[in-house]
Amino acid sequence: MADFWKRLGEIDRRIIFVLIALAVLVPLALKLAFPIPVGKGPSKDFFDSVDSLPPESVVLMSFDYDPSTKPELHPMAIAIVQHLMSTDVNLVAMALWPQGASLAQEILVEISDSLGREQYHDWVNLGYKTGGLVLIARLGSSMKAAFPTDLSETPYGQIPMLDGIQRLCDFDMIITLSAGDPGIPHWVMVASDQLGVPVGGGCTAVSAPQFYPYLQRRVGERPQMEGLLGGLRGAADYEALLRRKYAQAPPGTAIAGMAAQSVAHLVIMVFIVLGNLSYLALRKRKEGQR
Amino acid sequence: MSWEMVGIWGGALLTLCLYSFLYRDNPFYKFAEHLFVGMSAGYWAIYTIFNVLKPNWWDKLVGAGDADPQLIMIIPGLLAVLMLMRVVSKLATYSRLPLALIVGAGAGLQLVSFFQTNGLKQVENTVIPLVGSGVGPTIDNLLIVTAVVCGLVYFFFSKAHRGITGGMANVGITMLMVAFGASFGYTVMARISLLIGQAQFLLFEWVPTIPRILGL
Repeated sequence: MADFWKRLGEIDRRIIFVLIALAVLVPLALKLAFPIPVGKGPSKDFFDSVDSLPPESVVLMSFDYDPSTKPELHPMAIAIVQHLMSTDVNLVAMALWPQGASLAQEILVEISDSLGREQYHDWVNLGYKTGGLVLIARLGSSMKAAFPTDLSETPYGQIPMLDGIQRLCDFDMIITLSAGDPGIPHWVMVASDQLGVPVGGGCTAVSAPQFYPYLQRRVGERPQMEGLLGGLRGAADYEALLRRKYAQAPPGTAIAGMAAQSVAHLVIMVFIVLGNLSYLALRKRKEGQR
Repeated sequence: MSWEMVGIWGGALLTLCLYSFLYRDNPFYKFAEHLFVGMSAGYWAIYTIFNVLKPNWWDKLVGAGDADPQLIMIIPGLLAVLMLMRVVSKLATYSRLPLALIVGAGAGLQLVSFFQTNGLKQVENTVIPLVGSGVGPTIDNLLIVTAVVCGLVYFFFSKAHRGITGGMANVGITMLMVAFGASFGYTVMARISLLIGQAQFLLFEWVPTIPRILGL
């Protein structure tokens, strides 16, 4: 029995890799689907704040990520853009990360075409600008100075939907999808705390815990963030809420990925338990030998 | 074979090359790794020139389009050149000038807003009534206050952690461990999510193209 625990503790890590790979591939290949119960929490708060925007609102959506975090943040972006374009909300996209602008364009064109929305009337992509916090501070005083043209080089003044949008305060909400720096903390620092514009968004699962303090709600006060989507789970929550509200919303990749995520987590938990059992058994044996 | 197909096959084969490292280091992994490093360096150099330097500096300096040239842009240009002096040992000291400007301006811009958002506001959010508007909020409030106070006691080193102080410090370290555990759980989720993203690409974009390539 002692040998069993010893061998278990020294299991070849390649066996674990194979099991994790199977735990991910098999549920995806079999298209397993687990229910996504979305209760009260940061995901629901964020969905509700987007859903409660009045018609003709203007939302600034910042795509602050790149392909390295696409599996987590792109499903969120698709679901949020679908939500905004399904309602009568105008969308201004931009990016603090260079490749965010082209990732945004990909989504905006595809969803806009499918829902019959019109560029420059319902949405515009201003593109990428370097600067992070400095850029956000600049947007607080003049959008046009920071983005003289959009991604396609159309001058700011010739874009009809930007009439009356001078600075960040003119937006009804700011949504940031953040993979790191610059990202959520910078938008909260300037847009939410200094200018009082509601800020919400999503982030990678790694960074989610550090943003939870921004979600605290004091009676009679606006929180620093309206809500937060954390990682693939947050994206799946949003997709589930969107499909609950709009039955015709196309299925997203996040819900499909959650079954694989759950099975992979189960495998990891089993190995953590087995590893600890092995450690405890071997320690007990060593103490017995003394 | 279309360019899209070339992209899908290139992505899939490079993914498999990189994952082959999980078995052991090998030439396929090395090839993919070096290709990534080289292409990243080239991509970012070109991207920075055309998306950062050109629109933000060069176009303003020479007055692109109908705009007038802004000669003041010579100053940031000079500072950028000074920054590059780091590679010349005799002139390296001059690179401190632009660096000092960046550090000073960065600190000045961030200091107050960072402290307000991540310091003062968080302290303010901890000063809350212990009894909330129901059982749930009351438990939340008690947890927040207890965790903050006990966490701070754990980092109070001027008094031995014995008696009440020791008890509070133990509660504090327990709360910290719970926070680290939650953070680690999220990290595991993030890594698995990246694997899922790549698995979805392989299964649903690459695998369906295999019969077409093989003429089946």
